Parts: sequence; C-alpha cells; structure tokens
Amino acid sequence: MEPISKTTSTVDMEEFQYDNTIVRNFAIASIVFGIVGMLVGVLIAFQLAFPALNLDIPYTTFGRLRPLHTNAVIFAFVGNGFFMGLYYSAPRVLRTPMYSKLLSNINFWGWQLIIVAAAITLPLGLTTGKEYAELEWPIDIAIAVVWVAALLNLVMTMLNRRVQHIYAAVWFYLASFVTVAMLHVVNSVELPISLTKSYSWYAGVQDALVQWWYGHNAVAFFLTTPYLGLMYYFLPKAANRPIYSYRLSIVHFWSLIFLYIWAGPHHLLYTSLPDWAQSLGTVFSVMLIAPSWGGMINGLFTLRGAWDKVREDVVLKFMVVGVTAYGMATFEGPMLSLKNVNAIAHYTDWIVAHVHVGALGWNGFMTFAIMYWLFPRLYGRPLFSQKLANFHFWIGTLGIIFYAVPMYWAGWTQSSMWKEFTEEGFLKYPNFLETVTQLVPFYILRGIGGTLFLVGFLVGTYNLAMTALSGKLIANETARAASLKSIWNPPANEFWHSRIFERKPVFFTLISLVAVIIGGVIELVPTFMVESNVPSIESVKPYTALELQGRDIYVREGCYTCHSQMVRPFRSETERYGEYSKAGEFVYDHPFQWGSKRTGPDLHRVGAKYPDSWHYNHMEDPTSMSPGSIMPKYPWLLENELDLSTTPSKINAMRTLGVPYEDGFEDQAVAQAQQQAEGIVASLKKDGIKAKADKEIIALIAYLQRLGTDIKKQ
Amino acid sequence: MSALIILLCISLFVAGGFLIAFVWSVRQGQYDDDYTPSIRILFDDNEK
Repeated sequence: MEPISKTTSTVDMEEFQYDNTIVRNFAIASIVFGIVGMLVGVLIAFQLAFPALNLDIPYTTFGRLRPLHTNAVIFAFVGNGFFMGLYYSAPRVLRTPMYSKLLSNINFWGWQLIIVAAAITLPLGLTTGKEYAELEWPIDIAIAVVWVAALLNLVMTMLNRRVQHIYAAVWFYLASFVTVAMLHVVNSVELPISLTKSYSWYAGVQDALVQWWYGHNAVAFFLTTPYLGLMYYFLPKAANRPIYSYRLSIVHFWSLIFLYIWAGPHHLLYTSLPDWAQSLGTVFSVMLIAPSWGGMINGLFTLRGAWDKVREDVVLKFMVVGVTAYGMATFEGPMLSLKNVNAIAHYTDWIVAHVHVGALGWNGFMTFAIMYWLFPRLYGRPLFSQKLANFHFWIGTLGIIFYAVPMYWAGWTQSSMWKEFTEEGFLKYPNFLETVTQLVPFYILRGIGGTLFLVGFLVGTYNLAMTALSGKLIANETARAASLKSIWNPPANEFWHSRIFERKPVFFTLISLVAVIIGGVIELVPTFMVESNVPSIESVKPYTALELQGRDIYVREGCYTCHSQMVRPFRSETERYGEYSKAGEFVYDHPFQWGSKRTGPDLHRVGAKYPDSWHYNHMEDPTSMSPGSIMPKYPWLLENELDLSTTPSKINAMRTLGVPYEDGFEDQAVAQAQQQAEGIVASLKKDGIKAKADKEIIALIAYLQRLGTDIKKQ
Repeated sequence: MSALIILLCISLFVAGGFLIAFVWSVRQGQYDDDYTPSIRILFDDNEK
C-alpha cells in the first residue's frame, strides 16, 4: 500500500477496506435462525399446555424439539449475532481488515451448515443426550474445525493490527473463542459406533460434572463474554461516550473468566456429586456476582449524563434493558447457587424463567440494539421506521415480563407443592400430576409472553429489511490509519517468535487459557482420580443388552428434557420416589441422564414400581394411565421394530469405555435380549396386551423397569 | 479434611500467582493509560 501524500502528518498512512458483506450475512443468518428457534420455542411452550400439539409423530414431540429450540437460539441466533458484531467491531478497533476473507467465509458457511445439520438431526432423534451438547460426533468435529478457523482469523487480525493497545472488547472475544474450544472438545469426547450414534466417554458422576462444567460455561463463554465484548464496543459507540471505566473493564475481565469456570457444579447441588465439588461451585458462583456486576455497572454508568439520549434513541433503550436483564440474571444466578435456594428452585420452572431473562433480555435485546445501530450504517440510510422500532422495544419488554413472571410463579408453586406435608406426615400432593396440572395456566401465559417477543422480532425484521431494501449495501468501507511501522518500533535484535509474543494475541491467548483452565482442572481431576469420590456398589451391574437398547431409545426421545434421574436426599423426595440416588449407581451410564428439569416426575426409582402393562399403555397414551397428563403420546414405539443388529457393537463400545461385560457377551447378547423381550411379552399378555417381542416399546420397558433397582438387591 | 488442606494449598498458590501477575502488569505500565483506548474507538477512521 502506498503512503498517501495529502496527509499532513509525517507518519505514513495506509488505506484499507472493511468487509461489510460478512457482517450483513451473519445478521441475516441470526435473524432467520432466530425466528425459527423462537417459533419452535413458542410451539413447545404451548405443547406443555396442549399436548395435542405434539402431533403424535416422533419428529415434533417436546423431547426432540426442545433441544432444537435451545440449539437454535443459543448457537444459531446468538452465535450468528456474536459473529455479526465481531466481524464489524474487531477490524475497526484493530484498524485492519479481517486477516482472511476465506477464513471469514469458512466461518460463515461452516456455521450455517452446522445449524442446518442440527435442524435435521435433532428432530430425527440423533442426539448424544447431553444438554446443550446434543449434536452427534460428526457435527461436533465440524464445530471444532469452524470454531478454530474463526479463532485463527481473529488472532491473525490482531497480529496485523495498526494500534498498539488491544481494546477490551477484543479481549472478551478472544477469551470466548479459547474457552469454548476447550469446553467443547473436552465435553464432546465420545466413542462412535456408527455415523449417527456415539457414547459419551465419561459415565455417571464424572459425565455429569464434565457436562455441567461445559453447560454452565456455555452460558458464560457463549452467551455472556462474547456479548460483553459487543457491549464494550457498541454501547459506547451508540451513546458516543467512552466506557465508564476502562480500568474496571480490565479487572472484571480477568476475574470474570477466572471465576466463571468453577461455577458448573451449582447445577448439581444435592446430587450424587461429591460434596466438596458442590461447595466449590457454590462459593465461586457467589463470588461471580462481583465481576458480573462490574460489567453491568460499566455498561449502565457509561450512560450517566446521557439519559436524555436514552429517551430518544431506541438503540440505547434496547441496550439499557439488555444490560439490566444481564444484571438481574447475574444477581439471581449466585442466589440460585446457594444450596437452600437451590433446593427450592432446582428442577422447576424458576430456572426456565432465570435463563430466559438472560436469553431474551440480555442476548435478545443486545442483538436487536446492535442490528438497529448497524443496518443504517451498512446501508447508508436512516432506519426505515423509528416508530416500529419503538413498538418492537415495548412489545419485546412486555414479552419478557409475560414470560418470566408466570414461570417464577409456576416454579415456586410447584416446588411448594412437592415439599408440602400434611399434619399426619404424609405428602400433601402424593400424585405428581396434581403439581403439573396446577401449572397449565402459567404455561399458557408463558406461551403468550413468548409470542409477544416473537411478534416484536418479526416487526423488527420487517423494519430492518425495509431499511436494507431502500438503501444499498456498502460492501467495502474504505478507511485509513497510520501504518504499523510508524507506531511500532521493534528492538533491533527482535526475533519472529518474540514478535508474536510481544504483539500480545498469542501470549494473551495462552494466559487466558491458563486462567480458565485452573478451575476446570481442580474440579475435574480429583473427581476422576480419587476413587472414594464415587464409592462403588457391589450390587450395581451393567445393563442387559435389551436394557441398553431401551436406554438408547430413552436418550433418542429426549426423555431427560422433562424427567430427572436423581432423587435428592430430602424427605419430600425419598417419600415420593424412594431411596435417594447414590454416586455408585451411575457408573455404567454413558451418558448420564440426570436431567435438569422435572416437568414430569423423577424416574430414577421407577423400576419395578408399575407393571409392564402400565408402561405399555402409558407410552401409547399417557392420559389412559394418568388422566390430565401433559406428556406426549409415543405410539410409534409400539410399531417400530427394534434394531438388535447394533447390539454387539454397542456392547463392544461399552466394554471399551470400561463397562465390565464378560468376554464373548457380544455374541450371546442378541439371543439374551430376545429372551428378556419374550419375558416382557409374556407379562404383558397376562394383563391382556398382545405385543410382539421385536418392538421398541419392549426394550424401553426393560430399561424403565431396571432403573434404580440394583441397589435393592443388596 | 484432606481435600480441604489440598484445596487451601492450591488456592494460596493460585492467589499468589495472580498477585504476582498483577504486580508485574502494574510495573510493566499496563495501567498507565487506561483512558485513551476507551476514547479512541469512538473515532472512525473511514473517509467520510
């Protein structure tokens, strides 16, 4: 590039171009997938009130659509929203175009293909059964590749930058990339048995710890830190004011990423996870309030003296509510991590309310704010309609309230009913269903709240589309900045490697990795290495071949989205379900299926509780056994033939993972499964049900009847 | 209790590491100017 002579200063100026096309593409992807994801969300919200909306076909049941909803809004809507903001802001604060257009495009198209793959495989029931990490192993690999390509693009851009100091927003971006890469790779270690089926490498307690170490930090490093980075760029830009305290942004960055990674175990309070790990999770979650609120304060205080602008500017309105929602959710998070509060809130709709304040308020509103700010700049014309944008803001805010309040109410109501005893010392509501039907009105209200939010989004989309259509995309924006040479004087004896470190990004990547690794190592390693953490139980034996097949059906149908398998050591739970769950009972569970929500009752002690015929009828039509049940019907389980041909490879895979099946068991497994199936058919026949042994329902019954029974043989 | 002792040792070690890193960063001058970067991003360098 040639120096430009017309500049008056003596530094050489360089001319270069920012690529806006990639920003626009990510914006469109975020909008399209956001609408789809929220539409699915509204559908499954109403399914809980009107089970007929499950349509009685496999692909549209709650258990399969719920992972689709979470994956779509987290990874497609928010993920693309993050990339949109990243590809706009990173080049501008670094004063250089993105390093490689090829890598940018690999990032874009790769990510969209992953999303499409998710949208196809999840309704088909292809899932690993681990919450927020449901995608099967080929997609996991694709995610890792695309993610690292994006990371490389950012690091190289940072190396090419034309400023000495790296602005704090980029710190957040980089830490997000590094940490998500680490989380994703460790949590997705799985053993494939075919292109579409794999088993988690970890089992039971360990699997749960790894999963929630991942799950919580997906919230932290996919939904929080990337958007804090966006806040640090777009909020000052929109307000045209510097961030309140740059020093605070540095301090809260390091403390946030260091503390966050420890918080995972707060998802497992009162479970079979070792007590010391639960306590660590709680302590760090409580500490997290400081750096979290550091970010909120920094955002809101930036607007001090500019609140008059907030009255006028719809972008700032969205941002203020977004940052406030972030503050509320991060206050609530530490509170929910206290064991006594968690004992009430866990497994209830309270948690659903909590995450939606974060997702709809923080991620949703920040995304909309950035889009409303960006589109006029990308298309070189003012926003099509301020009025519609204001409408979007108000209906969106109402939507959040209509969503959150009924869910808080529902959570509190249900938990109180679960725990209530009569004066004689019996459960006041021994029938779990009573505590569910009580919530149906709240579920309807919540669905309406979600619909309002979605309507706002649709109006916003129209507004943005009209803005785009009446302007023309400024595909390449020309900018000028002083060359690197003129501001950077490397020492004469500098070597290339010291240059890489000196220019910070690589060094920075490494130390942020260290900061996030410490917590993970200290929690994970002892849980894996110290045997006393998972005391073994003599009578707990591996699943039979048929039960293993049934378990895979349980995973496929996403039963864990509504049923836990973890009886906590409370009297109200042991009274309702039976003996509380022990760590040693899950040692053969690849993956663990503890669940995080009890829309239906816990299933860990369901084995041998009902006759086989009860399960048969219940799966065909839940209301036949439990009038008023909101569970979907599963008639296809009665029709589908059970594929036993996969049994030997499944047994072999389990053995590789450490399940002590005897040598040669894989050869007898099919015959043994058929024998067990005949037994179930015979017991069904006694109750007047004619069933064939080669149907999926038989395997599922075998699994359900085994659940939690081994311990009784002691 | 042994877990507690191990955790105490580790936490003192980690805290010490962070203290050293903090002192190092201050001495290196990383906090000397924590105002300019926040202003600089407000100025666009495009030609318009």
